Amino acid sequence: MDFNDTPEEAAYRAAARDWLAANVAEHKAASHADDMAAARAWQARKAAAGYAQITWPKEWGGGGGTPIQSVIFGQEEAKHPVQYGYFTIGLGMCVPTVMAFADDATKQRFVGPALRGEEIWSQLFSEPAGGSDVAAIRTRAVRDGDDWVVNGQKVWTSGAHYSDYGIVLVRTNTDVPKHKGLTMFWLDLRSPGVEIRPIHQMSGGSNFNEVYFTDVRIPDAQRLGRVDDGWKVALVTLMNERLAVGGGGGAGPKEILKLAREVDAGEGKLLHDPAFRQKLADWWVQAEGLRNTRMRTITALSRGQTPGPESSIGKVIAANQLQDIGNSAVEAMDQYGIIADPALAPLKGLFQSATLNAPGLRIAGGTDEILKNIIAERVLGLPGEIRTDKDAAFKDLAVGR
Amino acid sequence: MNFDYSDDQKMLKDEARRFLAARCDVAVVRGVLDHDDRHYDEALWRAVAEQGWLGAAIPEEHGGLGLGHVELCGLAEELGRACAPIPFASTVYFVAEALMLFGSDAQKAAWLPRIAAGEVIGAFATSEGPGPIGAIRTRVVDGRLTGTKIPVTDGNIADLFVVLAEDGLYLVEGRAEAQVLQTLDPTRPAARVTFDHAAERLGDEDGVAAMQAVLDRAAVLLAFEQLGGADKCLEMAKGYALDRYAFGRQIGGYQAIKHKLADIYVKNEVARSNAYYGAWALNTSAAELPLAAATARVAASEAFWFASKENIQTHGGIGFTWEADPQLYYRRSRQLSLVAGAPATWKERLVGQLETRNAA
Repeated sequence: MDFNDTPEEAAYRAAARDWLAANVAEHKAASHADDMAAARAWQARKAAAGYAQITWPKEWGGGGGTPIQSVIFGQEEAKHPVQYGYFTIGLGMCVPTVMAFADDATKQRFVGPALRGEEIWSQLFSEPAGGSDVAAIRTRAVRDGDDWVVNGQKVWTSGAHYSDYGIVLVRTNTDVPKHKGLTMFWLDLRSPGVEIRPIHQMSGGSNFNEVYFTDVRIPDAQRLGRVDDGWKVALVTLMNERLAVGGGGGAGPKEILKLAREVDAGEGKLLHDPAFRQKLADWWVQAEGLRNTRMRTITALSRGQTPGPESSIGKVIAANQLQDIGNSAVEAMDQYGIIADPALAPLKGLFQSATLNAPGLRIAGGTDEILKNIIAERVLGLPGEIRTDKDAAFKDLAVGR
Repeated sequence: MNFDYSDDQKMLKDEARRFLAARCDVAVVRGVLDHDDRHYDEALWRAVAEQGWLGAAIPEEHGGLGLGHVELCGLAEELGRACAPIPFASTVYFVAEALMLFGSDAQKAAWLPRIAAGEVIGAFATSEGPGPIGAIRTRVVDGRLTGTKIPVTDGNIADLFVVLAEDGLYLVEGRAEAQVLQTLDPTRPAARVTFDHAAERLGDEDGVAAMQAVLDRAAVLLAFEQLGGADKCLEMAKGYALDRYAFGRQIGGYQAIKHKLADIYVKNEVARSNAYYGAWALNTSAAELPLAAATARVAASEAFWFASKENIQTHGGIGFTWEADPQLYYRRSRQLSLVAGAPATWKERLVGQLETRNAA
């Protein structure tokens, strides 16, 4: 048990620090039209230095490095104000899928521009009738000559409103069980018949979209993997999600400790209320548990192992804790807690915003319930759910509204 | 970066698990539970001493193996998993740690080799009544320690006591007048101990500060025992959920059970990660030890309590019978949560550490 880098890791970290110190300064000194322009410029700068996708092979513009090097760079980069989220899904999930299944010409055309931040990719899987049950996809693709004609609707598509391309999972066969009739394509999101509508979330934000397909023509040459074999392709996409060693941020134990020093509670400050102190200790224990679990994940990566199932507990804890801390802070402010205006609410409304964001976090990227099923089934080896849909043809499945 | 046991440590831990599977099966634990006159398993105690475990973290110059505290943590995890009915924690986590922390050269030379050899059972005597440690009435006048401590884990079988008196820690040699108490966990005895003994001062620190320094070290080691117990509870619950059928299928196929076991898993992983951090702080005597120990202690107490109670619940009717084994771990979870101070006390300490840390 120790926290020190190996000599090789330390050397890599030192080089990354030096590079970041010099390049963040230059980047911040330059003027950018808007946040997206700044993000693209930063991404291009990283790509030129081999820091854009550290684990990708050099021939594709990556760094030819190891997962642990990627983690180290991420830790160092996180200390600078250069956190742009626009490329995460494309580079983390979509482009790796293209690299695994597309022909050489397609890869040559798309990998470089994506890596440099010139083009952004979205992942179009979820549908109104297929959230947790993502294989229940209804968006239909019918073959017509060299093309497929696609009709249907996707939902929860992160970043579609600023994306150029996407990978889309569609149903090509309704006579077979649901997992066996899906096919994956890549497409230009500006194709005729594609309509993107942002979703207004309860928190006020609009990070997701609905994407409607009306007679959209996708050439068969844009197919990824075999016809009706799209589920296997989707699993490759989703597997790439697992290496993300995400950080927390937002309303945590340290933030509520800060609030508790200032807010009155009965005769003294909230920090001196014994009931509050007990809860604060619980939050600290959970947050530390997550931080130290990430250290275990990094250790596995450092040893060249695949991270174990311990990495799957993160979101269940983090999202619920955010909701609990947010609301506890709001209630601690008493009547004043209802005020969400950043100009008036303590810590610029951090806790009010956490209270409104937490419900979405408990659902996005796998609900609490689905994640617990995954832990129970894949980690503990308990039986799967009773399924009525497994061997039935998709067209015969019961559907709700 | 290495936030896991090393390969050698894993090997030691695997050996310990095999050893305890052979020497400390559930019949050994029940042998103590079911016999009022048996307070620990003497054969297991001797065997553990022969393995050298009592001196795992004691330096070689004092007759130990000199392995280090991470190795001791690994052994603690296995002892917790086996619910071992021996005075290991009292002797090793409390008394040997107190000696290594505060003992004079003469005190270390006198006692550590005997502890490592299994010749001495230790006990750590602090509590004098209900509630967290407050005003201490036990005092030492002219080298003689007088007072009553209740409860003292292993106080009825100990030959060497570390006692918290009004002004500091003292070492008391020999047996003491001990009345065995009826407790929640008869596999780990506790007694009311009345002292009227010659006593030697152990270190110069103030009473409660000295006690807390020992507790910080013991808390990490106890957290590993708790973690081992919590893992065992999850295994038992999972095993039963796969074996037991109701309404035509395995009860482990129902989400009410699956999500319950997933909740146990999550708490156990939080406890494991925090225990590892505590092990690092303990092994390196890092400045972070007080906070890391409190964090490990709170997480492990919560995990073991939750796992032990939900293990009984998963077992249904059979779960609360005397014959079924879940009760052993439910009882032990209470013993381990209370022996070094209850979770509420540690949460208070944790927040105190956060306050000083963030004020600095």
